[in-house]
Amino acid sequence: MAEPMLKIDNINVYYGAIHALKGISLEVYPGEIVTLIGANGAGKSTTLRTISGLLKPKDGSILFEGKNIAGVKAHKIVNEGISQVPEGRRVFAEMSVMENLELGAFTRKDKDGIKKDLKMVFERFPRLEERKKQIAGTLSGGEQQMLAMGRALMSRPKLLLLDEPSMGLAPLLIKEIFHIIEDIHKEGTTILLVEQNANMALSIANRAYVLETGRITISGDAKKLAASEDIRKAYLGG
Amino acid sequence: MDVTQLVQQLINGISLGSIYALIALGYTMIYGIIKLINFAHGDIYMVGAYIGFFSITAAHLGIFPSLLISMIVTGGLGMVIEKLAYKPLRNAPRISVLITAIGVSFFLECTSMYFVSPTPRTFPPVFENVAFHVGPFIVNSQQLLIFGITIVLMLLLTYIVERTKTGKAMRAASYDVETAQLMGIDSDRIISFTFGIGSALAAAAGVLVGVYYNSIDPLMGIMPGVKAFVAAVLGGIGILPGAVVGGLILGVVEALVSGFISSTFRDAAAFAILILVLLFKPTGIFGKNVREKV
Repeated sequence: MAEPMLKIDNINVYYGAIHALKGISLEVYPGEIVTLIGANGAGKSTTLRTISGLLKPKDGSILFEGKNIAGVKAHKIVNEGISQVPEGRRVFAEMSVMENLELGAFTRKDKDGIKKDLKMVFERFPRLEERKKQIAGTLSGGEQQMLAMGRALMSRPKLLLLDEPSMGLAPLLIKEIFHIIEDIHKEGTTILLVEQNANMALSIANRAYVLETGRITISGDAKKLAASEDIRKAYLGG
Repeated sequence: MDVTQLVQQLINGISLGSIYALIALGYTMIYGIIKLINFAHGDIYMVGAYIGFFSITAAHLGIFPSLLISMIVTGGLGMVIEKLAYKPLRNAPRISVLITAIGVSFFLECTSMYFVSPTPRTFPPVFENVAFHVGPFIVNSQQLLIFGITIVLMLLLTYIVERTKTGKAMRAASYDVETAQLMGIDSDRIISFTFGIGSALAAAAGVLVGVYYNSIDPLMGIMPGVKAFVAAVLGGIGILPGAVVGGLILGVVEALVSGFISSTFRDAAAFAILILVLLFKPTGIFGKNVREKV
């Protein structure tokens, strides 16, 4: 098998005195969709926030394309090719849709490339183009999720981190969002997806890790996990 | 009430209010990005006035080059203060940073007294004061200078904040620092830049006040500093147009109170406004009650 794109090796992360991640190791290979599932507070978001540099692991390493990025400042991670869609979308609510997308390309200098990617984002999310002058805070929840995803794509990431993209959305919209995730994946972006909606996540992922109170307890093929009795009981509602 | 006198006081109030607005902008920008009431901001304004003073008296430069030099040097000073005093406290409780700001304020006041003496200095008459009679009203050229420069600086600031990449990064970081970092925005650089701009605006106000009132001293920043804080709160702290409107309202109210009641009550009026705002609309004129973060 090829070298992993992202290789997290035994990281420990603390929030003050709270030991949030207890020796987590995981791998994401190029071209995969990997999902991280688990209950609220298990450490899923913490894992993504540590990869993005918002949190610093106390020890262990995070190799991205062979380079250790553990402890690299958050604003430098984008340039490495990792982009995150944060939990709760976190669009810049007081700025326009267009400005949000421009901020997604903040570190880029290639004007033509940015223009091309903007066109690509608008093709993928036509509703954003219709509303490009609108203030982001006035968009609906689903539209804000699309904006947050479009914004992340504007940095042209190799690895896209998605944190609870289904949160607070109606079932129909969740379906739409997951279709879009599959499309983005098909066009060559590797994805690490954090979800509480384990059913949906396992249905599109290649592999999955189950996180329980800061530890990875189960990992393996997504389809097999979806079929496993234990997982069904614990995370898929029987 | 005499209408002529009313209009005259409005003219006086607007020029005083422009000064408050310039200082209030720095307060509100810095609050917007790191949620700090920078109590040293009034003293930055004082330092700006002195740099302008020495640039005019020692270097024999005109008003406009002096204004520019003062803005650049004071802007740099603001960035240095941020780096040395506030940056190490980035993850400290907000009260620690606030107390540090008060410390920086005393430091600037006392250091200035040591180096330039506590005696007030007379600002040289670099800008000829001509009184223009417009009908029954009098507008003098210094008031026009203050008003003109304030407008130019505000347009410049609006351009920077609304149109430039750095300005967009400033707005993003003041809305949500963490997500701004995820976009690749270096929040430390943006905070430093914000201190630079805010301090430069205060410096401009300091030089203009020197020209207008002819006298500067190391403690001149205390009262205008507090007043500009009132102006920023009145307009809604963290909101740029709020600082301008708050400054102008405060200036006009003070001028009306001095003109029609007594100048002794001038300061009382400013603080009465602060109390009323905090009682009835703590978020200020432009403030929203809760920030929506869905």
